Amino acid sequence: MRRRGAAWWFVAPALVVIGVFFVLPVFAALAMSLTDFDIYALADLANLRFVGVRNYVRLLSTPLFWQAFGNTLYFVAVGVPVSIAASLCAALLLHSKLARFKGFFRTALFAPVVTTLVAVAVIWRYLFNTRYGMLNYALGHLGIAPIDWLGDPHWAMPAIILFAVWKNFGYNMVILLAGLQSIPDEYYEAAHIDGASYAQRFVHVTLPMLSPLLILVSVLTVAGYFQLFAEPYVMTQGGPLQSTVSVLYFMYEEGFKWWNLGSASAVAFLLFAFVYALTALPLRRARRAHPA
Amino acid sequence: MNRRVAAGIVNGLLLGMAVVALFPLLWMAAASLMPAGESGAYPPPLVPRHPTLDHYRDLFARAGMGRYLANSVLLAVCATALSLLFNVAAGYAFAKLRFAGRDRIFKALVGALVVPGQVAMVPLFLLLKQMGLVNTYGGVIVPALASIFGIFLVRQYALSIPDDLLEAARIDGASELRIFRSIVVPLLKPIVVTLGVFTLLGTWNDFMWPLIVLTDSSLYTLPVALASLSREHVQDNELMMAGSVLTTLPVLLVFVALQRYYIEGLTAGSVKG
Repeated sequence: MRRRGAAWWFVAPALVVIGVFFVLPVFAALAMSLTDFDIYALADLANLRFVGVRNYVRLLSTPLFWQAFGNTLYFVAVGVPVSIAASLCAALLLHSKLARFKGFFRTALFAPVVTTLVAVAVIWRYLFNTRYGMLNYALGHLGIAPIDWLGDPHWAMPAIILFAVWKNFGYNMVILLAGLQSIPDEYYEAAHIDGASYAQRFVHVTLPMLSPLLILVSVLTVAGYFQLFAEPYVMTQGGPLQSTVSVLYFMYEEGFKWWNLGSASAVAFLLFAFVYALTALPLRRARRAHPA
Repeated sequence: MNRRVAAGIVNGLLLGMAVVALFPLLWMAAASLMPAGESGAYPPPLVPRHPTLDHYRDLFARAGMGRYLANSVLLAVCATALSLLFNVAAGYAFAKLRFAGRDRIFKALVGALVVPGQVAMVPLFLLLKQMGLVNTYGGVIVPALASIFGIFLVRQYALSIPDDLLEAARIDGASELRIFRSIVVPLLKPIVVTLGVFTLLGTWNDFMWPLIVLTDSSLYTLPVALASLSREHVQDNELMMAGSVLTTLPVLLVFVALQRYYIEGLTAGSVKG
């Protein structure tokens, strides 16, 4: 009896925090998204009205919401494959028996991951500068005319993707490297004896062995990239011409700039529902193929 | 292919990637030491010709950087210490103690991992407003006090503690608290350090939540202060670089010192999890 009581003392603090500050707000968000909670309701709850799905209907007919959704989709659709490719390349290089100074290289390639996003976004804003930025200077040597990275609506999102890939590829690199290291050497030796080239060994041994982990990593990266916020907040403030407004940036402005809290909750739920639908199925499949 | 050529290619590519990864950080450090305006020259200078610490002095004397640094240190240390206490105790209990509904609660928690934190943000803000915690240190810390991921990480590790060891201590008459303190925590030390580094870096770097919950600039953390400075001082290249150095250097140092734990935890969380 006494022992059973003791166990509750261990879990209760964490469960109370999660219950009060996470589970409760999630359900409250669902309820709020069905109300017209705005700055008037913030002042006096008597002004709060139940509006059903009207927030959702209105959002789906708001051009800026769709633009934010499209921008975010662009960021994910281009950013995730490029990120994963960079991570995989780096992991393969680090895994190679020919690589030297592995510890140093691993630390160097991982360093951007632990840096503070706001601080490195500030740096990249200067690297992207049209006139004196390092990037255009380097491209100039290749004969490429200066690009207005953050001022041109066509280039702002590619610039943010470039920055995000630089910032994040080290994370998946470390996970994929652990995956590569868990592939038994005998498989490669057998393939080698059969006369398989490096490319053949990669296609027939590495990729199949790594694919469950690759799917898992891709799905988690997709879910993470949909949460794009600080990059446009610091680098472009959503511009130019709203080409870098993301769904979360839209939610932040809707909720904490205009105080349309009911509508902001609806944005959060639409994003969650979409990402869940997109990621749940492949994730379940990957877990089944890659248990424990 | 010749083995030496192949080695040259592999190491050359690694070196190239390392240069790309480190260049922005090195340039940040170099530019922060340049006199005002020098980094805006063309071609962009790589090293300061007349290094100066003026911008760092400016940041502390005029921009209140000392205050933001203190806020960040205080919040990161408190959030890390408290959340370690909560998560380690809970993770251990889910692995090794018996109580009604244990497995069902744990399953529900893991299921809730798919819900991103942003969904809770708006009501959380209103809740903290009701509690008088908006625009206080408490408002930043409270939601970070327990994390499902942290509990999960500790539980997976704690499963390997032998039950016999705990039973033997119970037969000797040790209280559950005593067992936790003198047997469990020492055994969990590696995962405690890992989770500690994760939480420390996570709370230090966190941006969106402090941005929402803190309105009084004297309470700003470094990332929030830096974002607001950068909106005001777009032209002060070197000053902003010095601010970025101050913000990011502490976490880089912590990472370099404890990277073994950090990377182990990262791979433990995803490859095995």
